[in-house]
Amino acid sequence: MFLRTLVAAAMALALSPLAEAQPIRIGAFLSVTGPAAFLGDPEQKTLELYVEKLNAAGGVLGRKLELVAYDSAGDAEKARGYVKRLIEQDKVDVLVGGSTTGETMAAVPLAEAAGMPFISLAGAVVIIEPVKKWVFKTPHTDRMACEKVFADMRARGATKAALISGAGGFDRSMRAECLKVAGAQGVQIVADETYGAGDTDMTAQLAKIKGTPGVQAVLNAGFGQGPAIVTKNYRQLGIGVPLYQSHGVASKQYVSLAGDAAEGVRLPAAALLVAETLPDADPQKKVVTGYKRDYESRFKQEVSTFGGHAYDGLMLAVEAMQRARSTDKAKVRDALEATRGYVGTGGVVNMSAQDHMGLDLSAFRMLEVRKGDWTLVK
Amino acid sequence: MIAQYVLSGLTTGAIYALVALGFAIIYNASHVINFAQGEFVMIGGMASAAFFDAGLPLPVAIVLSIGVATLVGLLLEKLAVEPARDASVITLIIITIGASILLRGLATLVWDKKIHRLPAFSGEAPIVIGSTAGGATLLPQVLWVLGVSAAAVALLTWFFRRTLTGKAILAVSHNRLAARLMGISVRRVLAVSFGLSAALGALAGALIAPISFTAWDVGVMLGLKGFAAAILGGLGSSAGAVLGGLALGLIESLGAGYLSSAYKDVFAFLIIIAALVFLPNGLLGRRAAERV
Repeated sequence: MFLRTLVAAAMALALSPLAEAQPIRIGAFLSVTGPAAFLGDPEQKTLELYVEKLNAAGGVLGRKLELVAYDSAGDAEKARGYVKRLIEQDKVDVLVGGSTTGETMAAVPLAEAAGMPFISLAGAVVIIEPVKKWVFKTPHTDRMACEKVFADMRARGATKAALISGAGGFDRSMRAECLKVAGAQGVQIVADETYGAGDTDMTAQLAKIKGTPGVQAVLNAGFGQGPAIVTKNYRQLGIGVPLYQSHGVASKQYVSLAGDAAEGVRLPAAALLVAETLPDADPQKKVVTGYKRDYESRFKQEVSTFGGHAYDGLMLAVEAMQRARSTDKAKVRDALEATRGYVGTGGVVNMSAQDHMGLDLSAFRMLEVRKGDWTLVK
Repeated sequence: MIAQYVLSGLTTGAIYALVALGFAIIYNASHVINFAQGEFVMIGGMASAAFFDAGLPLPVAIVLSIGVATLVGLLLEKLAVEPARDASVITLIIITIGASILLRGLATLVWDKKIHRLPAFSGEAPIVIGSTAGGATLLPQVLWVLGVSAAAVALLTWFFRRTLTGKAILAVSHNRLAARLMGISVRRVLAVSFGLSAALGALAGALIAPISFTAWDVGVMLGLKGFAAAILGGLGSSAGAVLGGLALGLIESLGAGYLSSAYKDVFAFLIIIAALVFLPNGLLGRRAAERV
């Protein structure tokens, strides 16, 4: 009897450090290749980099992190398959991923049914509206970008705006959101023009906007080369009212493509893009400069907001586990929902039972192009 | 207002016209619609931008890019079209579609997936037409595109009517067997036509890049619109290609201006369908006279 207890105790002793050493598994499914590779590639790199960094610093709850990542290649059907595998075979503790809205929405029913905390990295509002018990997201939404632009227009005394947008998914989604929220922001959309993918000249649409009476500002909801062409045509036609671009072109590339024509253009963007320009008192300064330095020194390529979304997703999960003092899925979920004042690359996150994103308009900074560089609009 | 719509239409129309010209040459030689024509345009733009960014002067960069594209055109003919030269026209067309996909993929490997720019040849300051404050404007680069299109039409007309090679190309197009019996090398004619249209496409790409930028995938839409312009103008006619391009550009911009920009492309393609039904040979196409 005594012997058996002793053996059991010894076994328990022997087993317990082993149990302790079981890594915490982070399950990821990202569009590393395919049409959305510009999203998934920096996301995957970011997750690898920070899992490594966290492990070097001693891990989480005394356990190592292990990243289990699959390439869903922008395909919702593949994403569904991988998420099933992550939940059933890999038995991960938390899901971080879904580079696109399609992949995310394919994973939502599985995460909900399995009771798996899931932090999405995709943009659309539908992911968190209506609120789903187990689903959270880190990126800001199109709607917030619209609201930010309209608020800035109002501050400059413009209440009648024209909208010009492209034919891509990003463009169309943002156009719809802008049309939806314009009224509530006190801005009336008096012209709504579109251009096709691969169009070479937008002066016809802009001439129509120029000829529309009462236009006080123009917003271009666009992605790719379209917005740069719009900007050049805008100057060519000598339209005098302010031009706004979307967060879709918040990159150095836009400024270098549009050249001098971009002077004075305003757009909403995440703090990450202007990391160095932020005042030292800015709450996000430390996080964004740190992430930018880590990422750029490791991968020798310019940081993007998409990688930042993955950083926020991983850190939110880790922080929730630390607050919950466990990896129990229900406890982690509750801790995620109780996130308050987490400062990430995307903004300051305050989650609640009604809001599984937790960002407000301060997540976007209004930038203006001056002398070929971004400046913060106060 | 109408003046601006017309100038906008001329801008896009000039671009379509230049792309459409490339279709005419290969069609003349083989009755093949070369769906890789847009990719020649892309190679011209991307190679010019790459050479220019590497520090070469703009004219040198453009000449080199035309050289690169010509080489690609010749290789395409040698490796993909010539081995299948006895196949039907449809098969050859499908081969060019495959080639276009391959070339786009290669472009992302050789260069990258970013959008590139090329400086305008003679400044970016718009030319204002009309003295009133609301005068219409045009970019100087558009005049380059129009001028080169006109010069290309003149040269091609001279080439096809006056030179032996040009006449040989037309002869092959009319009756391949008879041409071969007369001692014309069909193989050489095909090679010349692919090289020539690749060179013209590349020149178009370099001319267009300052207006609308360039990227690995610009060839898809440019090729499609250029093809539509060539159909509208009459396949195989260089003057028709230019006319078709300008007409297409004007239809698009007037449609966007007076009706709705959301249905801009719909008007353009409706007109083309109408043209195919009522004017099957296009605006300036030759009547196909079949001799029994």
